[in-house]
Amino acid sequence: MAQEAIHDAPARASLIYDPKVRGIVFQVVLVALLVMGVWWIVDNTIENLRRSNISTGFAFLRGRAGFDISDRLIEYSSDSSYGRALLVGVLNTAAVAAAGIVTATILGFLVGVGRLSNNWLIRKLATFYVELFRNIPPLLVILFWYQGVLALLPNVRDSLSLPLGSYLNNRGFYFPRFVWEPGAGLVLAGFIAGIVLSWYVARRAKARQMATGQQFPVLLTSLLLIIGLPLLAFLLAGLPVSIDYPQKGTFNLTGGTNVKPEFLSLYLALSFYTAAFIAEIVRAGIMGVPKGQTEAYSALGLRSNLGLRLVVIPQAMRIIIPPLTSQYLNLTKNSSLAVAIGYPDLYAIGGTVLNQTGQAIEVVVIFMVVYLGISIVTSLFMNWFNTKMALKER
Amino acid sequence: MKQLAMGILSAAAFGFVATAASADTLDDVKAKGFVQCGVNSGLAGFSAPNDKGEWTGLDVDFCRAVAAAVFGDGTKVKFTGLSAKDRFTALQSGEIDILSRNTTWTINRDTALGLNFAGVTYYDGQGFMINAKKLPGVNSALQLSGAAICVQAGTTTELNLADYFKANKMEYNPVVFEKFEEANAAYDAGRCDAYTTDQSGLYAVRLQMSAPDDHVVLPEIISKEPLGPSVRQGDDKWFDIVKWTYYALLNTEEAGVTQANVEEMKGSDNPDTKRLLGTEAETKIGTDLGLSNDWVVNIVKATGNYGEIFERNVGAGSPLKIARGINALWTKGGLQYGMPIR
Repeated sequence: MAQEAIHDAPARASLIYDPKVRGIVFQVVLVALLVMGVWWIVDNTIENLRRSNISTGFAFLRGRAGFDISDRLIEYSSDSSYGRALLVGVLNTAAVAAAGIVTATILGFLVGVGRLSNNWLIRKLATFYVELFRNIPPLLVILFWYQGVLALLPNVRDSLSLPLGSYLNNRGFYFPRFVWEPGAGLVLAGFIAGIVLSWYVARRAKARQMATGQQFPVLLTSLLLIIGLPLLAFLLAGLPVSIDYPQKGTFNLTGGTNVKPEFLSLYLALSFYTAAFIAEIVRAGIMGVPKGQTEAYSALGLRSNLGLRLVVIPQAMRIIIPPLTSQYLNLTKNSSLAVAIGYPDLYAIGGTVLNQTGQAIEVVVIFMVVYLGISIVTSLFMNWFNTKMALKER
Repeated sequence: MKQLAMGILSAAAFGFVATAASADTLDDVKAKGFVQCGVNSGLAGFSAPNDKGEWTGLDVDFCRAVAAAVFGDGTKVKFTGLSAKDRFTALQSGEIDILSRNTTWTINRDTALGLNFAGVTYYDGQGFMINAKKLPGVNSALQLSGAAICVQAGTTTELNLADYFKANKMEYNPVVFEKFEEANAAYDAGRCDAYTTDQSGLYAVRLQMSAPDDHVVLPEIISKEPLGPSVRQGDDKWFDIVKWTYYALLNTEEAGVTQANVEEMKGSDNPDTKRLLGTEAETKIGTDLGLSNDWVVNIVKATGNYGEIFERNVGAGSPLKIARGINALWTKGGLQYGMPIR
């Protein structure tokens, strides 16, 4: 506002020379052009659709889908609606993205730290991994897993038997499923109680250490609580579980839980591919912490793993989180490559819906809104996490 | 938020408008000098590139016939290989002028999708194929309960499959691929127990398997699949040309006009043949259609009549060796019936 003080002194010249007025005029003209452009596009589209007798609107979502989907997290049959089919696709996309993000993060951190290791072999292996996966297009990585690894597994009849009644064949990975019986609620209650108690113990231990300097074995106690309490409840309730083992049927293994090769290859490919990028981000983050910090914790007498955990990593996280968010978004968007191997994600199912109904514009709008929605939720969460980790000035 | 919504809508709409269909396809086709034809990216007998890289097949020859009718030259056609999922969008958006891609004529496609089917170039039905070596006991589709079945996305096949298993109270596990080639490869690799598509397609797919003799086509036909070329709604002139090209192919077969004898037949005294080949005095049949009066002669010179196209691509003269069956002319007990050209 200091500028106005300078401006108001002399008599006003023509409005054309007033930068403020000119600014507003340009903005108005730009907005008007934009609105006209959009209006023209929309009008033209509607006109063309009308002329070729293609119906418009989202009413088609209530129609009967008529096709089946193999991988689904919610109840769905060919009698369900197109809307439900798309929901199945959204959940499948979310499932593979969530699983991929968790694995990619863990793998990425391991490899990233490995690249800074003092061990020559680990360092070189980590470098090799990063260079390999970072320089291959994700679609190729997916096809590698699907056609190069999982398709070469034996047929159903010669399934590989794994421990605990699991099987591996070219139809996927089969493992026994726990069927919970009445009383299983107690086990869940025990598990939740374990988590809550661990959290409480951690808080108290921290407060005590702050006050007295005495330490408390938090990790051990937490593990004991989280595993021990449900186990105790399990025994008390009288083993309320039966196990459904996969068995050989006429064509496939029936029973148990089946993770299909389409999901597996997409999940593995996205995890391995994105982990290479995350590894580089982690390495950059750690290297971005000034050397003085390492020297400082050594001077304080902290051992190197403790110093890494308490001094270097918290500072590195501030550098790591923002680019990590982009990688999570990339992973989510890359999941649409599922269409190449027949995993029914949003894009694959949406494509089928588009084809059966001919509602191209509507389906593409749904694609955009859903991917935008998933990405925005991821961003919001990561921004929140970033603020939490950011340097707090006291 | 409003800005966002508008942005999305305009982005979505833009692709559609940029290539939006003009109302007069014939003028467009004449102006650009060739017919753009959407075909299957690789289905032996219907549309597949041969060892010289030229497109061949029944669907391909139909497009050549249309090009011959318009330009008097069956080579003035360009082909776009399409997946089942992309085909309708390609036609609606004006990327192609004719869709001739073993596409089943259904009411939904004829109405809600804004297509017009010009005829049925091949009467087909959906069937199943299995690997008899791996599944020796199976000789009926009704034994397929619990099987994993490979199918192509966005087809009537996918819908018929769901209906058939539901009607027979059987379970199955669909493995759905976007591309024909991907579905073939997955079936060949043993990902699925059975493969389903139109029966003509099954015979074609069988030839592409690593061991064709291991595979058998099960006897059940579970649907009606009338396959034919289609065009956009709202352009009756172009629709007429495509439709009457199809009838011309049938009528020439009925009249005994072939690629070899068409020049000779032009001198025929038979009034029907004269009318068909445009040698009748003061004829206006071709010009009324927006073409030249020797359009039928051009078609037959380029591709031969329907019978010749059939035998060359899927019949006795091809590796598929499919019998004419219901695709014979009506005069020979089949369903192919050409409307009179007069």
